Parts: sequence; structure tokens; C-alpha cells
Amino acid sequence: MSAPAHDPANEPATFTFTPENLERAKQIIAKYPEGRQASACMPLLDLAQRQNAGWVSRATMDAVADLLGMPRIRVYEVATFYTMYNKTPVGKHVIQVCTTTPCWLRGSDDVVHACERKLGIGVGETTDDGEFTLREVECSGACVNAPVVQIGDDYYEDVSPELMEKIIDALKRGEIPKPGSQIGRQSSEPVGGPTTLKAFTTTQAD
Amino acid sequence: MPKLTIDGIEIEVEPGTSILQACEQLGIEIPRFCYHERLSVPANCRMCLVEMERAPKPVAACAMPCGDGMVVKTNTDLVHKARKGVMEFLLINHPLDCPICDQGGECDLQDQAMAYGFDRGRFGENKRAVKDKYMGPLIRTEMTRCIHCTRCIRFINEIAGVPDLGAVNRGEHMEITTFVEKAIGSEMSGNLADVCPVGALLSKPYAFTARPWELRKTETIDVLDAVGSSIRVDTRGPEVMRVLPRVNEDINEEWISDKTRFAYDGLKRQRLDRPYVRKDGKLQPATWAEAFQAIAAKVKGVAGNRVAAIAGDLVDVESMLALKDLMAGLGSANIDCRQDGAVFDTSSRAGYLFNSGIAGIERADVILLVGTNPRWEGTLVNARIRKRYLMGGLKVAVIGDARDLTYPYTHLGTGPDALQQLADGSHAFAEALKGAKNPMIILGAGAFRRKDGVAVQAAVRALAETFNVVREDWNGFNVLHSAASRVGGLDIGFLPGQGGLDTAGILAGAADGSVDVVYLLGADEIDAAKLGKTFVIYQGHHGDKGAHRADVILPGAAYTEKNATYVNTEGRPQLARLAAFPPGEAREDWKILRALSELLGTKLPYDSLPQLRQRMVEVNPVFGKVGSVVPAPWGSFGSAGALDAAPFVSPVANYYMTDPISRASVTMARCTETFVKSAESAQERTGTHG
Repeated sequence: MSAPAHDPANEPATFTFTPENLERAKQIIAKYPEGRQASACMPLLDLAQRQNAGWVSRATMDAVADLLGMPRIRVYEVATFYTMYNKTPVGKHVIQVCTTTPCWLRGSDDVVHACERKLGIGVGETTDDGEFTLREVECSGACVNAPVVQIGDDYYEDVSPELMEKIIDALKRGEIPKPGSQIGRQSSEPVGGPTTLKAFTTTQAD
Repeated sequence: MPKLTIDGIEIEVEPGTSILQACEQLGIEIPRFCYHERLSVPANCRMCLVEMERAPKPVAACAMPCGDGMVVKTNTDLVHKARKGVMEFLLINHPLDCPICDQGGECDLQDQAMAYGFDRGRFGENKRAVKDKYMGPLIRTEMTRCIHCTRCIRFINEIAGVPDLGAVNRGEHMEITTFVEKAIGSEMSGNLADVCPVGALLSKPYAFTARPWELRKTETIDVLDAVGSSIRVDTRGPEVMRVLPRVNEDINEEWISDKTRFAYDGLKRQRLDRPYVRKDGKLQPATWAEAFQAIAAKVKGVAGNRVAAIAGDLVDVESMLALKDLMAGLGSANIDCRQDGAVFDTSSRAGYLFNSGIAGIERADVILLVGTNPRWEGTLVNARIRKRYLMGGLKVAVIGDARDLTYPYTHLGTGPDALQQLADGSHAFAEALKGAKNPMIILGAGAFRRKDGVAVQAAVRALAETFNVVREDWNGFNVLHSAASRVGGLDIGFLPGQGGLDTAGILAGAADGSVDVVYLLGADEIDAAKLGKTFVIYQGHHGDKGAHRADVILPGAAYTEKNATYVNTEGRPQLARLAAFPPGEAREDWKILRALSELLGTKLPYDSLPQLRQRMVEVNPVFGKVGSVVPAPWGSFGSAGALDAAPFVSPVANYYMTDPISRASVTMARCTETFVKSAESAQERTGTHG
């Protein structure tokens, strides 16, 4: 949860936005009125994090601060406040297993154990090959399809230990498994098909 | 004007007043930690909760604006229960280390826990521990004690204008830190120890040295710059333990600069505690009688015009006047209080004062800084400009060094040619000056420290008159001096008399042999090598440059060791008060001169301080009104002449070492090391250092 202590000695000293990202950053900044550029801090941090292998280094934060003309400490405050900015290097795939009550009731602990067994790492750790980082997170907001696992930007829902292992296998092969419900549910419809308003389902299906 | 009832008392307040401020007007005390009257209001400590009718729960008094018909109660069971709850939460993670905490005895949390604290803790878990942060040589941290009021962050952002502090992480893990492990690069960082309501941010030099209840408090003024901040000197026995600010809305509000606060350890080092006489080329300890006789033997028989005197930067008005009278008795007109060699016309008092007053900055809407770096020459003046900038609608332009002043400005140029561009309207900023309601020009001491000083003064005066800077109800022509003694010296006319030599003339005379005796009254910033073979008498409190060259040393008193008058850059005479006695055989300066005058056969006509002050009032009536500014009438001063194109240079090259006291201070040496000498040495700490 909390930001780990920095070890600046091992951090990259510089960070510059790629020309495409700089263009994108300028578009984001332009959304805000003159003199309110600091409002673009969070989207820019996200942009920088995506460019910087999934984490924000101090150089990254400095680059954002300098681009927005705001004190560096202000960016540092924002980045450390939000847990979705990673302050230390992470694996290529960040597996975030929701373990809050609904998911936990539906067996998220087993999903976590499956990940740990499969990857050989504990929660909060990264595999030696730098491919996977495993995290426990608080409510992901998709409780109807619990248990939920977020990998990168995608949600994998209705996950069981077996399905989790399959997802990891696929990722290891370099594939991107289909996000969403892993048991074929249409969004959050009842398991086993509709139980009410059946007359509408045929017309509603897409 | 909303009218509300607080504890059954009706009160009408200005719109926008918070309940807490209204309570203060009524004399009702509301406990608080995060609220500070000069900072923004975050309402995050929740200690000021009060009960308000028709509100479902207690409200934070500091952030709730008064509304018409509100009924507020500050002394009910609900209020007490709420505050006790807040206090219990604050104490969950606060260590119970008051006996070893420097804040003990003057701690807001300690005091308020007496009123709202529970008699035991109900929290069985481990307390949180936080790693201490490095914040430079002045601020000591004990971050476990922090209650996250964020006063320090707001102070450094808003007042100091150096956004170095922030709160990282969140919730249980929130920490106040610098970015990252960096010394706070502000000349006002010492105030952090004052705004911190607990013992998290403390004074590093004062650490573990004294307890507040064993200190004797003396209210006096600061003389390490020309601002003349109001301070309180805390002493234990003969030793100054610390310096704290006093509230003075006209000058320093409630802040002081780091030099004012931390240079006091210089008062204990390099002191002249007994007279010395140079025998066989070496300074030998002597008695007062021997020293006086050595002077009398040399001075008697020397023609008056071969004797000269220069007064230094930390000298009080009393001793300058005594020396002036003594020199007049000896028949010498060679006296000057401008040891830096500044040349300017002193015929009109308005020509060398900060006429608008420091508080007047808040009325200005366009400010032109000429040849000054106010951040270093008058830190509190700069803080006032920043305060005005934060109010909005201020335009600032700078002629001189382009430095970070903590507010944005337009840089017009580095030398007098920019003045000319403004005068003939060829620079765009001239329009801004023309359209200003209350334009202000601040002229630094650096603008006079050049051969064409008088011409610069005239040019700026012309500029002031062109742009309506001086009106019946507004005088925005301001000189920011860098030495505490300067205005006082000018006010009593410690200046070359008819046919007399100024500082440059005295030094030239000393070099070519036309001056035989030079009396240095605390004058250290002169080029001692130029004094040649003259007989030099040094009277002062520190063994600095002047004393090294001296043939006779008369040990005097520093500003904390005498009752004396100083005039700040606004022209406000203020009294410094004796907080500790001078060390050893050192004496108050005017008394030394009075004693010496008798031996030289020109006995000064005053035997006591009241008599001497009477004489000061005779010389200049402004000394009759201590503490207030007598507005100076606008007159013509300066004389137009050719302007040198050379850029203006600030007289302060190193903020932390400007005078004998700060040069002797270990703390100031550390600051110089950290902030001035190598910007990298502070950076080093971010790596593997320490």
C-alpha cells in the first residue's frame, strides 16, 4: 500500500517524454484553462508511467513537474498519495487481485494462492524475469462478478484458481487472454442465464 | 454584516469572518493546531470543533464563515466530547516524550492536552514511528511527533515562497518531507520551528540547551539588517540561548529571518573582552587606563584635520553621536557612517528612507526594484512584497541581478541604462508605472555603492517624480539599506563636515599620510590594507577585520548587551535593550567614548543615557518619537550627472555572513556551506551520503 522508501541511487537519472507522448501531454494540458496547468498532473503522471515501463521514477515526476511548471514536491505528493502510480519498478504484467469482502467471500484467497504457486512469488513481489508483479488490492468495483483480477488495464472476472493459472499461462506465451467474465457471462447477468424478463433477452442480445 | 450569537453573546462581524475569529474578538478561547492566522485554512486538525444550532454535527470553527442568525456554543458537553475525541486520536501516535522534547513547556499539544486530554491511553496497538528528515543546518526534525497540521507546508509555500515541503503518502503513512532529503533553501526557514505546534520541527542550534522556563526574556530589536525586526532575546545567565520573533505588524509581522534568529552564537565567539594595545607590532592585553593613555599620547598634539572616524554597520546612534561630538571637540570634520563607501545626497531625509514604510508595500500595485536583492538585503521586506503579490494584481520589475525573489517579475536590465529607458518611456514597463495607483520604487544600497551614486539617486528621483511615485498621500520612493546603523548615522549627521573627508577620502588620506589617526567605531567592512601607517583605534565587540589592523582596541558591547537606539530603513527609531552584560571588561560604547573624551581634554557634556538621548533629540527631533516614523518631507536631492553603464551589484554577497557577528557564528558558517558555497553539498545528501 504505502510507497516504499526511495533508493535514488538505483533510479534512472533522466526521463524525457517521447515526441508522441509530448504531443499527447500538450493535448491534455490544453484541456485546462490558462494558469491551471497543474490540473493535468494526474493524466500526465499516468502517461509518464506508461512510457516508463509501468512506474514513475523521481526523474519522471520531475519531468512532469517541470512540464507543468509546478513545484516538484507537489507532483511527488500526488504520486505518493495514489496507489495506482507505482513508485518502484514493476513487472510487465501487474496482477492485482481484489481481496475485499465480496471477492474474498467468492474465494479470492484461493486466486491469490494460485498466483503465488504459479509464479513462485508472494504478494507485493515481482518475478525475477521481470514479467509479473502480484498485488492485493482493495475493492476493484466489480463485485457482481467476483472474484476480480485486474491485469494491466483489463478486468478478468469470475476468476477461479484454475482459470487464473490459464490466464497466467496465456500471458507467459505472450497472448492477451480475453478480458471480462471468464465463465462466459454477459456483463453481470445471472450465472446460468436470465431468470427474469426473459422475453427481452433475445432482442437485447448483441 | 452578519450578526450571530456565540455563547449567548451577540456579535456583528465583517463578512467572511470565521467563527473562530469571531470567538477571538469576544475573548473566547478556541483550541487549534492547524489554524494559523497568517496562513490559509485547511481545517484538518479538527480541534476547534464547536456546536452550532441546526447543524447535525460539530463544525470546525476555523473554516466556518459566520452567517446571519447563527447560534454557536463553544462550551457544551458535545463540544468537549468532540474535542476530547480529537485529542485522543492525535495522541494515539504522538510519543509521550515530553520530558526529552525541546518543545516541552511551550507546546500547544501539551497545553491543550491539559484541558482535553484523557488520563490514560486506550490504544493498545503499537505507535507509529516516522524516520526523521534532513532539512538543513537550521531545522531539527523529530517526525514521529508530527500531528500533520501542515502549518509548515503552508508557511513555506505561502510566506516563504520556497515550495520545498510537502506531505507524501496518505492516511496512516502520511509524512511531511522535503523533496527529497534536501535543505530548505529559504532565508525564513527558522520560522518553521515557531509555526510547528508540537516538537516535530525544532531549532537545531538550540537543541537540548535550555528549557523555556529557565530563560529570561528581553524584548528588543534586531540589527543584523536594516529592517529592524522586533525580537525577543532569551538569555540564561550571561548567555544568549535563542532569539525569537515578536509581533510587530509594521515591520516583521511575526516572522524573522534566519540570520536574525540563528546568528546569536556569534555573540559568544571572537569577542573582544578586554582592551588591547599594539606594542612591538603585537597586540598586547592592556587595562582601560593603558589603552586610553596610548590613545591620548598619540592624539594629543595632532591637528584636528589629521584625525578621522568611520562608523560601522552595527553601531548604535548614541555612540555615533558621542563620537561625532568627540571628533568635533578635536576639531575634525572627517567622519563618515557609510563605511561601504556609498555616495548619496543626504540633504533631504526623504532621499534615504524607506518612505512608504514596510507595511506600505501592501498598498503598492507596481514595484520597481533598482539595484537590490531584497531577499538577502531585507528578507522581511521581500516577504512583504510576496505577501502583496499573493493578494493579486501586483507587477514587479527588477533592474539589477536577476535572482529568484519568490515572486515573478519583469527583468528590465542590469544597469542604469534601464533607468533611462524607463525615463524616456522606451520600455514597455513605463506604461505599467504610469498607470499604477500606488507605484513604488525600491532602491538598494548597491545602487549607491558606486561612483555615480548621487547621479543614480537623482535619476531615480526624477523617475519617481515623472511617474507620480510621490504624492500628498503616498510616497513610494524607498531606499532599502543593508546596515542597521546607516539611517541613524545619517539622521544625526555622522557625515563629513565642512571640508571633511568621506570614507574614500579618509582611506586615501591614510594611504598618502595626510591622516594620522583613524577611529573605527565597529567599522569592519573597509579595506584595512588602505589604512597604511595610520594610528588605528578600533572600538567594537568582535575581533574582526577592523580589530586585526588596530593599534588600540577598545572592547564594546554588542546589540544584545546595551540599551541603545537604532533607526531602521524606514526611519523608525527603535530601542535595543540589554539582555546580557558585555563580556569581561567590555563596556557600553557611548560610555567608552565619554570616558575617553575626558582624557583627551574635550569632555562630552553628558553623563547619563537620558542626557545623551536629550542631546540626540536636540540634534534631530525624530529621536523624540521612538517606535514611530516621522514622515520625511519630499525635497530635492541628488544631482543629475552622467551614469556609469556598469551593472548594479548587491552589497550582500553572502546573506549568511554580512557582519562581525554573523561571521563569527558557527551556524551561519554551516548555512554558508550548505546554501551558498556549494549548492551540490546539499544535493550530495540525497545519495549515499550520511
